[in-house]
Amino acid sequence: MRRAALIAVPYFWLLVLFLVPFIIVFKISLSDAALAIPPYTPTLRDGIAAMFAEFDFENFVFLTEDDLYWKAYLSSLRIALLSTFLTLLVGYPIAYGMARAPEEWRPTLMMLVILPFWTSFLIRVYAWMGILSNEGLLNQLLIWLGLIGEPLQMLNTNFAVYVGIVYTYLPFMILPIYAALDRMDGSLIEAAEDLGCSRLQAFWLVTIPLSRNGIIAGSFLVFIPALGEFVIPSLLGGSGTLMIGKVLWEEFFNNRDWPVASAVAVILLLILVIPIVLFQRNQQKQAEAEQ
Amino acid sequence: MSQNVFAPWDDPNAKPLIRFQNVTKRFGEFVAIDDLTLDIFEQEFFALLGPSGCGKTTMMRMLAGFENISAGRIELSGQDIGKVPPNKRAVNMMFQSYALFPHLSVWENIAFGLKRDRKSKEQIDARVAEMLKLTRLEKFAHRKPHQISGGQRQRVALARSLAKAPKLLLLDEPLGALDKKLRQDTQFELMDIQEQTGTTFVIVTHDQEEAMTVASRVAVMDEGRIIQVATPSAIYEYPNSVYVADFIGDVNIIEGKAKPAGEELFHLEWAEGRAPVKAASQQPFSEGQTAHLAIRPEKIRISTEKPEEAVNLFEGKVLDIAYLGNLSTYHVELPSGQVIKAQTANTRRLARRDITWEDPVWISWSATAGVMLDR
Ligand SMILES: Nc1ncnc2c1ncn2[C@@H]1O[C@H](COP(=O)(O)OP(=O)(O)OP(=O)(O)O)[C@@H](O)[C@H]1O
Ligand SMILES: [Mg+2]
Repeated sequence: MRRAALIAVPYFWLLVLFLVPFIIVFKISLSDAALAIPPYTPTLRDGIAAMFAEFDFENFVFLTEDDLYWKAYLSSLRIALLSTFLTLLVGYPIAYGMARAPEEWRPTLMMLVILPFWTSFLIRVYAWMGILSNEGLLNQLLIWLGLIGEPLQMLNTNFAVYVGIVYTYLPFMILPIYAALDRMDGSLIEAAEDLGCSRLQAFWLVTIPLSRNGIIAGSFLVFIPALGEFVIPSLLGGSGTLMIGKVLWEEFFNNRDWPVASAVAVILLLILVIPIVLFQRNQQKQAEAEQ
Repeated sequence: MSQNVFAPWDDPNAKPLIRFQNVTKRFGEFVAIDDLTLDIFEQEFFALLGPSGCGKTTMMRMLAGFENISAGRIELSGQDIGKVPPNKRAVNMMFQSYALFPHLSVWENIAFGLKRDRKSKEQIDARVAEMLKLTRLEKFAHRKPHQISGGQRQRVALARSLAKAPKLLLLDEPLGALDKKLRQDTQFELMDIQEQTGTTFVIVTHDQEEAMTVASRVAVMDEGRIIQVATPSAIYEYPNSVYVADFIGDVNIIEGKAKPAGEELFHLEWAEGRAPVKAASQQPFSEGQTAHLAIRPEKIRISTEKPEEAVNLFEGKVLDIAYLGNLSTYHVELPSGQVIKAQTANTRRLARRDITWEDPVWISWSATAGVMLDR
């Protein structure tokens, strides 16, 4: 009885915060757009029976007809994949350095990694606009150093989007990798060297495999939100930056086409289910291995 | 006994495999190894004994190349190895913490070093199989380290370090987690391997019986220093200090003032108004010098009747009896309050033995039974 009650709590949480909103969104995606408030029909006002009477898949069909959408999905996937990889490239050495740092330094380093979270995400993205714009800090610095004559167009390009995503999600990559490296027994590296490995071989054969779960966890933690990312591409990206989060926002607020926007969201969620399930499985395997 | 006793340390022309020359290792202010000079010869089975924290592991780590030397130099086959990285040394180490790779199976752990040598697949397979057989791990070859028991893990670590058949093998408490039977078997296996391959072993152990069984020489350490290096029998019979005598095996220490009483014979005044202890010693003692007589319990006879003649003879009372199965140790309290341990073999069944608690007994020993030590 008590166990049932305990289990009920997370399920209730899931029901209220995930399943119910999802059903609402799903319902809207099956409705027709209308000039009304809310801008779709049928609504609850038409009666529950009418509301659920007709399901209309035309919004999903519409998504396949206009190639904007699948291009946006593909482009998001590409940007999310590449930026996850870049985050890994930047994050792994940082995590490695932290794990190798003297014991008394580690809490401070950890603080520094988390510190950016203390300011609003939006402000930090705006700060990047200040850095990357044509009159921005970076261009001024490069001109001052004499490396370039003309300012480089960095803001409103995909480059800025990558910078933004890598910067924003870096801590999500660093922390799980750091946790994995921190747990690792230093004598394993010594054992590998003792058995004939060079430093680099020992890193490939021992350190990387032993931090694999951290790498996987970090990559999913970056990839999943990056795929639906909307603020970074709309603030830092240009007209050429096609990401599904941005499309969704425009459908919702510019076109006020809630049913199509909902359909976009439902598909996005379906795409995300795969990496989320894989992520969960990785976490579970890790927990089992530690027992 | 063969005529050619293996004793390169007595041969002034023998070249040592390992040579520690005034090696000091400091961790910050703390001196872990203190001006240590030591030669270890090829094909030796060299045991390091000493209390926890005395620097045994540190010594091994310097040999394996994981610790820089603060001062002095270490030579391996005549070459200074101070700058040689661990993977370039013909030395393998079995770690005290095993350091097994958790992501690799038992088989892969053992094969790890062989693969680095770019051996052919057949060679690797054959060698790993041999090692698995030796350590009786065949059944566990495909398990991960966390799926086997502590003793099995220890055997994997041993097999992994043996696999490459290195010139020098460093074993940091290799058998501590094994039960007595398996430990003895493995000890003999190690000695066999040593005989077959001629590998030089340096072994750390807390088990002095083990050191006695396997070692060609034993070094007793204390606080980063080597107190004595000698063959097991020499360490046992002729310890050079009370510390060593006390550390190795059971011992009675009688402290007193020496008084020369003939050629290589001394009287030890050890208690007011009692007969002095007579002891032989090649080491000279001056009149009135403080001396310690170390006598092993098995060198002391115990009897209920007064022996006819004995060089040293004292009467006492049985305080305690420690029954060890094959042996019994009697704790005999002398009238002065000193407790002397005497050990006898239990050749008779328990019920037929005549000495029990509180019995008045006689203990006696010869002049050559003990060693006189000045410190
Ligand atoms: N990295 C280090 N930093 C500071 N002190 C150290 C370090 N490694 C060892 N020591 C110190 O050096 C001394 C010798 O350590 P070592 O590990 O060699 O002892 P040991 O003889 O192997 O002991 P045990 O039998 O418990 O394994 C200890 O007092 C230890 O605290
Ligand atoms: Mg140790």
